[in-house]
Amino acid sequence: MFKTFQIGGIHPPENKITSTSSIKRLTVPKTVYVPIAQHIGIPSEIIVAVKDKVTIGQVIAKSGGYVSSNIHSPVAGVVTKLDKFIDTSGYKKQCIVIRTDEKDPSNFNEQEYLLKTSIELSPKEILQRITDFGIVGLGGATFPSHVKLNVREGTTLDCLLINGVECEPYLTADHRLMLEKSEEIIVGIKIVMRALNISKAIIGIENNKKDAIDLFKNLTKNESTIQVGTLQVKYPQGGEKQLVKALLNRDVPINGLPLDVGVIVHNVGTIFAIYEAIQHNKPLTERVVTVTGKNLKNASNFWVKIGTPINNLIDAVGGLPEGTRKIVNGGPMMGKAIKNTDVPVTKGTSGILVISENEASRGKSENCIRCGECVFVCPMGLEPYLLMNLVEKNFIDRASSEDINTCIECGSCSYVCPSHRPLLDFIRFGKNSEKKLQTVKN
Amino acid sequence: MTDSILYSVFLLISLGGLAAVILYFVSKKFYVYENPLIAEIEDILPAANCAGCGSLGCKAFAEKLVLSEDISNLFCPVGGNDTMKLVATKLGKEVSEKDPTIAVVRCQGSCEVRPKTTEFQGPRTCAISAMIYSGETDCEYGCLGDGDCVKVCKFDAMYMDESTGLPIILTDKCTSCGMCVTACPRNIIEMRPRNKKDLKIYVGCLNQDKGGVAKKACSLACIGCSKCEEICPKDAVIMINTLAYIDPVLCTLCRKCVPICPTNSIVETNFPPKKEKKVDNEKADEISEIVKLVKVKMDV
Repeated sequence: MFKTFQIGGIHPPENKITSTSSIKRLTVPKTVYVPIAQHIGIPSEIIVAVKDKVTIGQVIAKSGGYVSSNIHSPVAGVVTKLDKFIDTSGYKKQCIVIRTDEKDPSNFNEQEYLLKTSIELSPKEILQRITDFGIVGLGGATFPSHVKLNVREGTTLDCLLINGVECEPYLTADHRLMLEKSEEIIVGIKIVMRALNISKAIIGIENNKKDAIDLFKNLTKNESTIQVGTLQVKYPQGGEKQLVKALLNRDVPINGLPLDVGVIVHNVGTIFAIYEAIQHNKPLTERVVTVTGKNLKNASNFWVKIGTPINNLIDAVGGLPEGTRKIVNGGPMMGKAIKNTDVPVTKGTSGILVISENEASRGKSENCIRCGECVFVCPMGLEPYLLMNLVEKNFIDRASSEDINTCIECGSCSYVCPSHRPLLDFIRFGKNSEKKLQTVKN
Repeated sequence: MTDSILYSVFLLISLGGLAAVILYFVSKKFYVYENPLIAEIEDILPAANCAGCGSLGCKAFAEKLVLSEDISNLFCPVGGNDTMKLVATKLGKEVSEKDPTIAVVRCQGSCEVRPKTTEFQGPRTCAISAMIYSGETDCEYGCLGDGDCVKVCKFDAMYMDESTGLPIILTDKCTSCGMCVTACPRNIIEMRPRNKKDLKIYVGCLNQDKGGVAKKACSLACIGCSKCEEICPKDAVIMINTLAYIDPVLCTLCRKCVPICPTNSIVETNFPPKKEKKVDNEKADEISEIVKLVKVKMDV
C-alpha cells in the first residue's frame, strides 16, 4: 500500500491523454500580451513605455511590493501598447503588448543548455536571483517563490518536499517535465537545499507515473539526501497540506503553513525554473503547458512563451473540434473557464483543456438530500453543505467560525454531490466576503 | 359527574390565580424601564424594517432617535420628510429635510443591444457571477441580470424584465431605502432626486472603456465623445475618463443633451412627447416667408 493522506479525497477518471507525447516547442507568436498581475499579491509596475525596444529576459515590470514578482519580456521586439485585455481572471487587466521582432535571431534560435551540475552561487545570491528572475510557484497558485524561500531566522526546517504529484486529471505538464528534465530537476533540488541549508528532500510522485518514479529512483540511487516517495493516486494530493500529511504524516495547523512543521514544498516546474535561473541566467519567461481534450486531434505538451494567446496553442493542436463548449485554463477540477481564446498564457497556466457539450454542462441544482458525501470527501475535514447554506443565508460570521477559510477550493464536494449543488461556488464567495469583512473590521 | 367538573373548574381557576400572582411579583422584580417615547416613535415609523436608515429595523432606529441628542443626520428614507417632521415634533428635536430620491438603474444593456458572448452555468446570483468573471456579455461594467437587487427589495418595487434581462423599478412603490444599491456588485443602481412627475435625465451606461471597445460590447454604451458636456448650459455633465455622468443637482432637465448623444445612452423618463418639430416647421415657414419678402424686395 502506498502512502496517502487520510481525510477525504476522491479519484476522478485520470484521462492523462498526453502523458506519452513529448514537450514540443511552440512557434514564437507574432505578438505577446503579458499581464502585469500574474502572481498572487500586488501587481507589478510597468517600467517600459510604448515603442521601447526590449530583449528576451529584460525586466518589463518591476515587483510592486514584497509579495510580488518581476516580469520579464518573453520575446525580443517592440512594445506596441499598454492596454487592458481580458486575462485568465475573466476581467480586463493591464497588459504589456510586445510585437515580436521577426529579424531578431534570439527569438528563434533556441539555445540548448547543457546540464550544469556545479552550484557556484552562495545561498544569499541564490535567493537574490530567484527574487530578481521572477520565479513564482508554477503549480498553479503562482505564489512568489522568494517569499516562500525567505524563511525567518530561527525557524527549523528539516525537509524539502518536491511536488510531482500532478493530481489534476488530464494535465501532464509536470509529468513530462520530470521525464525530460530529470537531471536538471535533481540539480534544482540541490540548489534549493543549499539555499535553505536543508539536508533532506523527498520527491512525491503518484503511482500513475511509474516511468517518472523509476527514473528518479535510478537517479537518486547514489544520493543519500534525496528520496522518492511513491504515493497512491488520489485527488487533491498536490495540495501542500495533503502532500505534507501523505509523505511525512505531519499535520499542518489550521491557517498555518507547512513551514510551521518544518517543511517547505515546491513544485517540480518551479524547481526547474530555479535551476535555469541559477545555472543558465534565464528568467521565467516560458513554461510547459498541456493542451488537451478528448476530441482534440493532436493533444500535446508545449513549451510556451508567457503571454502567448491561447489561440496559438489551439491552432497548434489542430483547431477547435466541433461541439466545443468550454475551454478551461488549468485542470478540470480547479481550472477556470476562459472568456475567449485571446486570453494570454500566464505563469500559472498549467494546461488548456478543451471540453465538449456533455462533459461541460452542469447538472440542475436540486435540494440537499443530506447524504453527507461532501463531508466524506472534503480533504480539510469541513462540512461543505453547511458552509454553503450559511453563505447562502449570508451568515458570514458563522461560516467563518466553521473555518470556511481553510477550504483549499479543490472542488471535491461539488464533484461528488448527487444533487449537483454548487457547493464550491458559494464557499468561494463566502471566503471572499469573509476576507472583506475582516478588512472592514481591521 | 358534577363533582369532577367542579373539581377541574376550581383547580384551573386556582392555578390561573396562582400564576397571576407569581407573574405580578416577577414583573415587579424584573421591571426594566424603557422610555415610553421609543414605543411611540416606533409607531410613527413605517415598520418596514428595511434597514434603509442604517439601523437594524425600526425599533433600533426609534431607540437611536430618542437616545441621541442630535438627530439631524438621521433620516428614514421610507417615511420621508413627513415622518421625520412628526418625529421631530414628538421629540422636540430638529431634523434636516431631504429631497425625495428614487433608485435608478443606470444600464440599458438589453439582450438586443448587448449580445451575450458566453454562458454562465453557475448559481444565478450577481455576487457570484461578479466574483468569477466579467459577465456573460463583453461589457464588464453593466448589469449581470441575475436580480440580486430584486431579491433584496422588500417593497416589491422591482422586477426583472424578461425581455431585456434588466431590473425595472416601479416609481410608485420605490421607497428609496437603498437596499438594491448596496446589493448590486456593479454599483449600477444610483439614488437620484425624484421630482413631482418623476422626470429624470441620466446616462444609462457605466462603461469606462474607450469608445470603440464600449460600443463593440453594447450599442447603447457611452463612448465618451463629450458632446453632452459641451452642449450642457449648466455644466452638469462631468466626464470621468471616457464616461459621462450627469450631476442631478446641477441638471435643470433641459434635455439638450438627449438628442445630441450619438449612441442614445442618455435616458429621459416620463417627459411628454416633444413638440419641437412643429415649432421648427413654424420657424421654417417664417424664415421662408421672410426670404420670399426679401426676394420680392430685391426684385423690386
